[in-house]
Amino acid sequence: MSQDAAAAPSAAGRLDQPRARTPLELAWRQLLRYRLAVVGGVVLVCLYTAMLLAPFLAPYALDYSDRSVFYAPPVGVHFVDARGRVHLRPFVYAYRVVDLSVPQYALDTSRTYDIRVFVRGAPYRLFWLIPSDVHLLGVDPPARLFLLGTDQFGRDLLSRLLYGSVISLLIGLIVVVITFPIGMLLGGIAGFYGGWIDNVIMRSVEVLAAFPTFYLLLTLASVLPPTLSSGARLFMISAVFSLVGWGGLARVLRGIVYGVREVEFVLAARAAGARDFSVIVRHVLPSTTSYVIVAATLTIPGVILGESGLSFLGLGVQEPSTSWGLLLAQAQSIEALTQFPWLLIPGVMIVLAVLAFNFLGDGVRDALDPRQRST
Amino acid sequence: MIRYIGRRLLLLGPLLLGITFVSWAAIQLVPGSSDYFQSLVLQYPQITPARIAALRAEFGMDKPPLVQYLHWFWSILHLNFGYSFAYNVPVTYLIGTRALNTLLLSVTSLIAAWAIAIPLGIYSAVHQYTVTDGVLSTFAFVAISVPSFFSALLLLYAAFWTHALPLQGLQSANFDTLPWWGKILDEAQHLVLPTIALGVFSVGGLMRYMRTNLLDVLRSDYMRTARAKGLSERRVIFRHALRNAINPLVTLFGFELGGLLSGAAFVENVLGYPGLGRLVLQAVLQKDVFLVMGSLLMGSVLLVLGNLVADIMLAAVDPRIRYD
Repeated sequence: MSQDAAAAPSAAGRLDQPRARTPLELAWRQLLRYRLAVVGGVVLVCLYTAMLLAPFLAPYALDYSDRSVFYAPPVGVHFVDARGRVHLRPFVYAYRVVDLSVPQYALDTSRTYDIRVFVRGAPYRLFWLIPSDVHLLGVDPPARLFLLGTDQFGRDLLSRLLYGSVISLLIGLIVVVITFPIGMLLGGIAGFYGGWIDNVIMRSVEVLAAFPTFYLLLTLASVLPPTLSSGARLFMISAVFSLVGWGGLARVLRGIVYGVREVEFVLAARAAGARDFSVIVRHVLPSTTSYVIVAATLTIPGVILGESGLSFLGLGVQEPSTSWGLLLAQAQSIEALTQFPWLLIPGVMIVLAVLAFNFLGDGVRDALDPRQRST
Repeated sequence: MIRYIGRRLLLLGPLLLGITFVSWAAIQLVPGSSDYFQSLVLQYPQITPARIAALRAEFGMDKPPLVQYLHWFWSILHLNFGYSFAYNVPVTYLIGTRALNTLLLSVTSLIAAWAIAIPLGIYSAVHQYTVTDGVLSTFAFVAISVPSFFSALLLLYAAFWTHALPLQGLQSANFDTLPWWGKILDEAQHLVLPTIALGVFSVGGLMRYMRTNLLDVLRSDYMRTARAKGLSERRVIFRHALRNAINPLVTLFGFELGGLLSGAAFVENVLGYPGLGRLVLQAVLQKDVFLVMGSLLMGSVLLVLGNLVADIMLAAVDPRIRYD
């Protein structure tokens, strides 16, 4: 088929074009033209790379805490020391306690501590496999490399942000992997068969849609047993999101499937004796691909927001594992929020990730599904 | 029109039945994990098993689950939502004012969001591809990416250092001593922060929809006709384009309301606002089963009624919609 298609444009004089571009190539070119989508994509690649390399990039381990410097402000990175000498290698000063009851810290400027690269520290497993103890950055004690400050237990916020990104960034993907097959199958069945099956599925969708999503999420998350391991808990929370979220997808897919079920290629497949299930999965559902890809890119930011919200209220991820929402929860009291504003940084990370996904999703929609284009 | 409304109301019956069932099933999903009486043992170690059994029987919680559901459903039909274990008062008593507060917050946010988003969306569409349009569109993107709990925290931070507005709750400590106009003023002041925190999200979405819709309309043939017959640009946009571009936004109303109710749950918790979302959270944490079911039910009733109002409004403003 591609050869016929290629022949037409070249006959029309486009000799510089050796062959027709596939729809995917066209969509990709369209996407690259959309500047914000490219920016979003680049940001996401950076975030996910940092997530994979979290234990290496983090100066300290997830459970590291130095209770003598709780609520310490970000340590400044300096190039010029107290005597005005310029250092080529950036350095930090050690914290000096001024008043522990506030708490208030000053920097001990009598000695500088160079920031070193590839230092040995706490052991970890890179990609959950390769054992190592090399960290990208570090300083010699008693100085601490708290680039974004610490929390109430003297834990390094930057390290915890990096470790927390694993859950915050993965949960969106996990939920899409669980929700989409369910939503596609149920939507496909409803649209393909119609009748009472359609009725039952669509009425269930309507009942689910009648709840404010977050009330339902809150309630379902609260019945999860508190004894779950952190991995099992992550999976259960994803399951809760899927349970609440399959409806919207199923409704739209039902509409699309309903439209194509009388089209010739579907009739042909049925006439050739294909079983219903294989007709739905192999012939009907593929025509929903572009909608599904767009919906997936726009579902992920919603899930990231939802997980952050649950964890923020204490019903999502539990200590000792962490996520951006749980880290932001430390800023909930007015006192902590106003005295130690660096605790708000996890919120900035949430906004950044969600914004990047929204940019990308918008671009993907424009590229794949021009009918939905938002100009 | 009246027949249309009547038919919509009739359809609400089965929907509400489904909603009560899901409200009940949601907390039964993991058996035993939402057993309030068993959790009492942790709070009061000296409590005897006999006392727990007696309490359970008193609230009808010793029956099989399905019987409990039917019993609860039967009492809802009599507008009796059961009894809150933790507060020891009827659930209706707790939910009524909380639901009204949440509704107040959602509606003020909605009005504020529409009032800001629609003019900005119009401006953006009319000045498409200018620098201002770019800035406004980017702002809209950022706005839909900021979770309401984060915007609430940021506002709290700003308000704390400027001392401009009350930080928490809906009423000042001396509320009861104020004259009637003072009471209104007091509540209005307390509403500012939560309204902004909640409204930011909607502003972004509405602005984008307004811009897209208006651009679609501006490209249509009857706009060319309107311009061709020499109407002023102002008249073309406000009289001919705008009315058609706003209609789809009315359908968004129901969708917006769902988002607002969910978002309100966060804002209420961060800003200590006495609303339904805060009540749900406290109830699920205390395993106060009837209160959870009642709040879930109430939240969805608000949403369903909001959708109904939106549909009726749409039918009223858009003559293309036929109601039979």
